[in-house]
Amino acid sequence: MNIRNFSIIAHIDHGKSTLADRLLERTGAISAREMREQVLDTMDLERERGITIKAQAVRLVCRAADGQDYVLNLIDTPGHVDFSYEVSRSLAACEGAVLVVDAAQGVQAQTLANAFLAIEAGLEIIPVVNKIDLPAAEPERAAAELASVLGIDPAEVVFVSAKTGGGIDELLERIVRDVPTPLQRPDQPLRALVFDSYYDAYRGVVCYVRVVDGSLNDGDTVLFTATSEKHQATEVGVLTPRAVRVPSLGAGEVGYLITGVKEIDRIRVGDTVSHAGRTVEPLPGYQDPKPMVYSGLFPADGEDFERLREALEKLRLNDSALVYEPETSRALGFGFRCGFLGLLHMEIIRERLEREYDLDLVATAPSVAYRATLTNGFVQEIRSPQDLPGADQIDHMEEPFLKAMIIAPSEYVGTIIELVQTRRGVMEHMQYLSPERVELIYHLPLAEVVFDFFDNLKSRTRGYASLDYEPLDYRVSDLVRVDILLNSQAVDAFSTVIHRDKAYQYGKRMVERLRKLIPRQLFDVPIQAAIGSRVISRETVKATRKDVIAKCYGGDVSRKRKLLERQKEGKKRMKMVGQVEVPQEAFILALQADGDE
Amino acid sequence: MTVAIGPPDSADLADAAADWAAAYVHIPFCARLCPYCDFAVVAGRDEATHRYVSALRKEIAMEPEWRPLRAVYVGGGTPSRLVPEQLGSVVGDLESRFGLADGAEVSLEANPEDWNFALADGLRQAGYERVSFGVQSFDPAVLKSLGRVHTPDQAATAVSVARQTGFRSINIDLIFGTPGETNVSWRDTVDRALALEPDHLSLYALTVERGTALSRAISAGAPAPDPDAQADAYETAEALCRTAGLVHYEVSNWARPDHGCVYNLITWAQGEYVAFGIGAHGHRQGIRPRNLRRLDAYLDRVEGGLSAEQGAETLDPWGREVERLLLGLRRIAGVVPGRGGEALLASLRGERLREAGVLGLAAGRMVVLRPLLGDEVGRAVLALQPGER
Repeated sequence: MNIRNFSIIAHIDHGKSTLADRLLERTGAISAREMREQVLDTMDLERERGITIKAQAVRLVCRAADGQDYVLNLIDTPGHVDFSYEVSRSLAACEGAVLVVDAAQGVQAQTLANAFLAIEAGLEIIPVVNKIDLPAAEPERAAAELASVLGIDPAEVVFVSAKTGGGIDELLERIVRDVPTPLQRPDQPLRALVFDSYYDAYRGVVCYVRVVDGSLNDGDTVLFTATSEKHQATEVGVLTPRAVRVPSLGAGEVGYLITGVKEIDRIRVGDTVSHAGRTVEPLPGYQDPKPMVYSGLFPADGEDFERLREALEKLRLNDSALVYEPETSRALGFGFRCGFLGLLHMEIIRERLEREYDLDLVATAPSVAYRATLTNGFVQEIRSPQDLPGADQIDHMEEPFLKAMIIAPSEYVGTIIELVQTRRGVMEHMQYLSPERVELIYHLPLAEVVFDFFDNLKSRTRGYASLDYEPLDYRVSDLVRVDILLNSQAVDAFSTVIHRDKAYQYGKRMVERLRKLIPRQLFDVPIQAAIGSRVISRETVKATRKDVIAKCYGGDVSRKRKLLERQKEGKKRMKMVGQVEVPQEAFILALQADGDE
Repeated sequence: MTVAIGPPDSADLADAAADWAAAYVHIPFCARLCPYCDFAVVAGRDEATHRYVSALRKEIAMEPEWRPLRAVYVGGGTPSRLVPEQLGSVVGDLESRFGLADGAEVSLEANPEDWNFALADGLRQAGYERVSFGVQSFDPAVLKSLGRVHTPDQAATAVSVARQTGFRSINIDLIFGTPGETNVSWRDTVDRALALEPDHLSLYALTVERGTALSRAISAGAPAPDPDAQADAYETAEALCRTAGLVHYEVSNWARPDHGCVYNLITWAQGEYVAFGIGAHGHRQGIRPRNLRRLDAYLDRVEGGLSAEQGAETLDPWGREVERLLLGLRRIAGVVPGRGGEALLASLRGERLREAGVLGLAAGRMVVLRPLLGDEVGRAVLALQPGER
């Protein structure tokens, strides 16, 4: 069998999904009538044989110019920086990558980041300039940038319009010609890489596998080497994109494996599947994704705690990168400390919880995982400000740094440098990709990127800058915990661990916001920001002086009672912090990023 | 002879009013509409006054028989836009339908610019012996921003004419906290009102009611009343009234001994009253009926021999108890705690209100010690559960 395994990689919005759709359509995997925009992005596609299709790996059949039929396995990759971990595991199942660049936008940060991942994985890269039909397209310039970045001849670049279908045939030929045939060793014992998995309500966990050696047959008893769990392969198949059951997946092939396992935790992505009873050298796997950002999620209505727990459990079935553990806040009640791959991941989870599970949530300020080395030599990870031991027990603290890559038109270099300086960034490298476009490499504390860095970068560059980052290392840092006190009582939801230079700014901003958000009470409410016992900022919400209906006569009785009823309902949404009534939305609004610099 | 003998803030008077009967009559006609007013009112419809009075009389005739009235209150709108004969006929009908108790309070509202000897004399003949003037302010600038057409002098003259024609009890309504009003201006307004030696003084914080011109103006950017300035104004007035010998007996009301407003005392005691006219609300046997609010619909219905009632509210026993507290706690005399009051005192909210000095217990009565924070108590009462202890 002639097999080609490849991914499409691109900066976000450069047309990856549309291109994938066009390939599906051109190879007849899906008819024009069935063609829906961006099939690979559609999660609730047709059910066939009980499998909900998350089209992570689609098998296309293409007759090439040489008259032969080729099986092309298109393996999807996520398009955002938070998921570069997932990109690399998809790439591990391929021999080639189609690197797509928007003809109007040229090379962007994730173009580079993805290209490097593909090169590191030893993949053959097919450079493509897409959207050549756009009025603003500059295909030649984009091709020159691509060629310069990859160190290739611009003549090798394929020009396509995924929208009109132009250049698609040439691209298919190039995939057939350039992507290496997988090494096929059918006689070796089975080794298959689990490169993704998801949970299907009817069938349990569905694994996506790339068979490297041997063959995986329907009914085989398989061993998951990392977990040492043995299961029967109750079904194997390929996605066309419909799930099609096959008797066997041979070496070099990509498909799915169902074993009847119901708990996603029992399948580890990156694991090697072998035949039970055969000892094999596991394939190079992956490290578990490590959460980079933590936030407390609390139900706005305490009675929704169980619903939140169930919703998180369900989301985790398809998202092993999501981690959470119960957390109790004096101010917010019972909730969960959740770890995310990055900010986008956090936003997606929050949005899904609110939209799909109809939960009203309060999220605490996102925090990164700090490290505290204690005086007794013990190293403690600090995922929540509450974890921080007393200052006398800490020898020193470290915070995670990122390597950030920013690409922008050269006219914005000044404003970018300014922004990154306010975020404690250190410039490592700067180079012109072309006379108009610059690449900047920075080392930046993750904590500084967590707060609206990308929004700021976008607004300062009118949306022209792109950003990519990867974890770098931990560095010693002068970190302190800032507490916010209402009426002398610390509100745990507002505490944060922050660099000393930023502590005052944080404290002042929170105190000022809260003064506006907390309604007047029966007594003066002091609001303070403090580091330990030292107050660094203070405001006061003055006591209410007048709160009474002026007139209440014969005709007013019912109406005025109803007015008070409505006000009382409003008060129900208040949380008591000590003696202070704090509106639910104050927690949300106070913790919102505001883009202030 | 009057039924409100004694200090207006006396507990005996406050409680006794629970058993008294009253009648309210609504006269919606106005020369123009004031921007802050959200009552059932019409301007430029004076041609309908005859039909309206006839409809009122028909409505009175349709009301089931009842016990003698301790108070009749003719409010508006602007009752003084009607002639004494019309206003007299209404009182006459009420008397013949229900009877008037000995010394019953018969009261009406009037605008200073309408008031003259002939009107005042005619009303006295028709049986009215209490008048409430919508003075609002003695500052021309404030009067203007409140949309009032009378002058400060007209207000003073009106009070004097009422006194000379033998009105037994005279009230002045004032409004404070209008944006732009200074504390100096307000103090002067209160001083001038007190100099007229009224028997009764009602001082209202300007309130932005939904759907009014004032509310629309504020939404469009006009300044809103400042609650702190209103608190200052209230405290200023309270001190001046005390010095002048007026007794504070409800959130917004002060009176000389024997001049507490009987009709209002009945309302705050959760007493009963029948009500006639557009938008009027009654209260009989635990039911609070309300009339149609639109003039033409009201006229058509009543002239067709139908009831003007648009709907009614009936509360369950706990709801009645809550209502008794909400109303009664507006009085300086407070309430007998009862089932609801005991629950409030035992509740966490009640405890906090007592700690803050807002709620108090004295001589077996529960009282709001800081009337300006009365709604804090009101909401705490509403938050009680029927079973709560």
